[in-house]
Amino acid sequence: MNSNPYLPAMATIQEVIEETPTIKTFRVTLNNPNLKKDFTFGPGQVGQLSAFGIGEATFVINSSPTRMDYLQFSVMKTGEVTSMLHTLSAGDQIGVRAPLGNAFPYEDMKGKDIVFVGGGIGMAPLRTLLLFMLDNRKDYGKITLLYGARSPVDMAFSYELPEWLERDDLDTHLTIDAPFEGWEHNVGLIPNVLLDINPSPKNCVAITCGPPIMIKFTVQALAKLGFEDEQIYTTLEKRMKCGIGICGRCNIGTSYVCQDGPVYTYAQLKKLPNEM
Amino acid sequence: MAQTKFIKKESLSAWLEELGQDHEVLAPRFEGDSIIFRPYDSEKGFFIDREATAPPKKAIFPQSETLLEYSQIKDMENLSKIAMDVKETIPTTSYVVFGNRPCDARGFTMFDRVYLNGEKVDVYYKARRENTYFITLSCEKGEATCFCNAVGSGPSDPSGSDLLMTPVKDGYYIESVSKRGEELLKSSLLTDGSKMKAEADKYKKAANASMNKAPDFTGSPEKLLAVFDNGAFWEEMSDKCISCGACTYLCPTCYCFNITDEANGLKGTRIRSWDNCMSAQFTSEASGHNPRPAKANRLKNRVGHKFSYYPDLHGGVISCCGCGRCIKSCPVGVDIRQIVLSAIAYKPATKKEA
Repeated sequence: MNSNPYLPAMATIQEVIEETPTIKTFRVTLNNPNLKKDFTFGPGQVGQLSAFGIGEATFVINSSPTRMDYLQFSVMKTGEVTSMLHTLSAGDQIGVRAPLGNAFPYEDMKGKDIVFVGGGIGMAPLRTLLLFMLDNRKDYGKITLLYGARSPVDMAFSYELPEWLERDDLDTHLTIDAPFEGWEHNVGLIPNVLLDINPSPKNCVAITCGPPIMIKFTVQALAKLGFEDEQIYTTLEKRMKCGIGICGRCNIGTSYVCQDGPVYTYAQLKKLPNEM
Repeated sequence: MAQTKFIKKESLSAWLEELGQDHEVLAPRFEGDSIIFRPYDSEKGFFIDREATAPPKKAIFPQSETLLEYSQIKDMENLSKIAMDVKETIPTTSYVVFGNRPCDARGFTMFDRVYLNGEKVDVYYKARRENTYFITLSCEKGEATCFCNAVGSGPSDPSGSDLLMTPVKDGYYIESVSKRGEELLKSSLLTDGSKMKAEADKYKKAANASMNKAPDFTGSPEKLLAVFDNGAFWEEMSDKCISCGACTYLCPTCYCFNITDEANGLKGTRIRSWDNCMSAQFTSEASGHNPRPAKANRLKNRVGHKFSYYPDLHGGVISCCGCGRCIKSCPVGVDIRQIVLSAIAYKPATKKEA
């Protein structure tokens, strides 16, 4: 994007979507027309967003490279940078350093069945790959989506869910942790619902992202269903600063999540030191 | 062919004055009880008779440096519309570091593999690196805390230096190490040094012989990984540590940093500052999860980075220059040599046969 890897490209916020009480989605376009024209990324890659005056934080680009009208980032308000980002609105300027890190190996996944398992804001990195696959639908086999949140109000991308539920070429399952008035879908923890759905591991890959505890039990459920470690993908959240494998914050042994990740297979993670 | 020169001891100050015309000269001098690299001041002089308390990191990797300047520009026709102007601030100062030891200059070769030879080049580091010259002084003998000989170096190792000075009678024998180092040898204060080579070689040989027996770190990458999950081992190793971070700040090979913004009204700067992997906040995530919550986890990462992860990634090179400052200045006597050697010597207790 730039010969100076620390220099953000300026972008303009086109739209801010209030996803949940704590999550806002920002749709942004790069200001420089040449950068905008040449910008490419793979689903799963991340970017650093600048809240000028506070600093930067890392978010996945959760739009799809097949839909380049804007780049989309979803931000959960948890700290100083995210709180500042939550004050921004359409028309405001924002700094973007992207794309950083690796992408899901979507080419290797061609011809396979796909199971997405997302929990809470962990749906964001899955969304980019899901949209990419839906836009290249013939390249992939059966696609199953299991998306869970604590309650319906914590469910991001709710405006897309009706379409996903209606599609014949997407098997969508939604779940929440506890009963909620008017909720017509599953109630129960994601790993348990996954076991009920019972996807076949044959020629299939599973992609999961969510809170660490959810990932842990989802991986156990996938193993119970017969998925091998090589068939399970996840994206890691780490505290990152430079985003280019230098500053020394996000490493797990020899692997720098900002550069070698955030996408790993469970088989790869098992080889790394136990320091997630 | 390296150029060789000689300079009289009493001419060093004049040479630094000359070099100061084109460069900012950093030389070690006493400040209180510490020997610190500071901009050369002829009245305050320099002190090069022993290793400085802190390495000359400032020249290439300042404790704090501005990466960007930004300003918000209000559109007076439409006050809700604010444009943002962001400028990079690539450093241009040319430094000459004088009187550093071989370990100090070699330390930056550890940075180079990461900052210059990775997938992305750190343009700030590159600019400083290319604008900084090291006039290194060979060591006379090793101190009790020195172990450069254990990490592939030695008391007259020229790696990372531009010139190497070795004490000879009445002055110093100077060898150019890099081509650009020769640019610094044009002064009329320097005379032909070829006749002093034998004397300098003798000095270097004696210095090598004076070093303590090198601890053997062979196998450290795999041995450190072998004890990775041994909580009791790391609890014991970190028992004394108080997480003060002195080891990282004084280390010529520690390069971790943080990036923060400082706002001043509508303007502000983005700043890079040294960070410290011994601090509990270093890896603390926004969710509250911290992959390295205890000092045992953090010390394990620091030692692991230098003696396991970095060598694995960079052809076996240990990311430690053996200067010993982390040992000498540790307020509680943590000794990184002993930690690595303990990991290498560690044998899991064998289960008694039933």
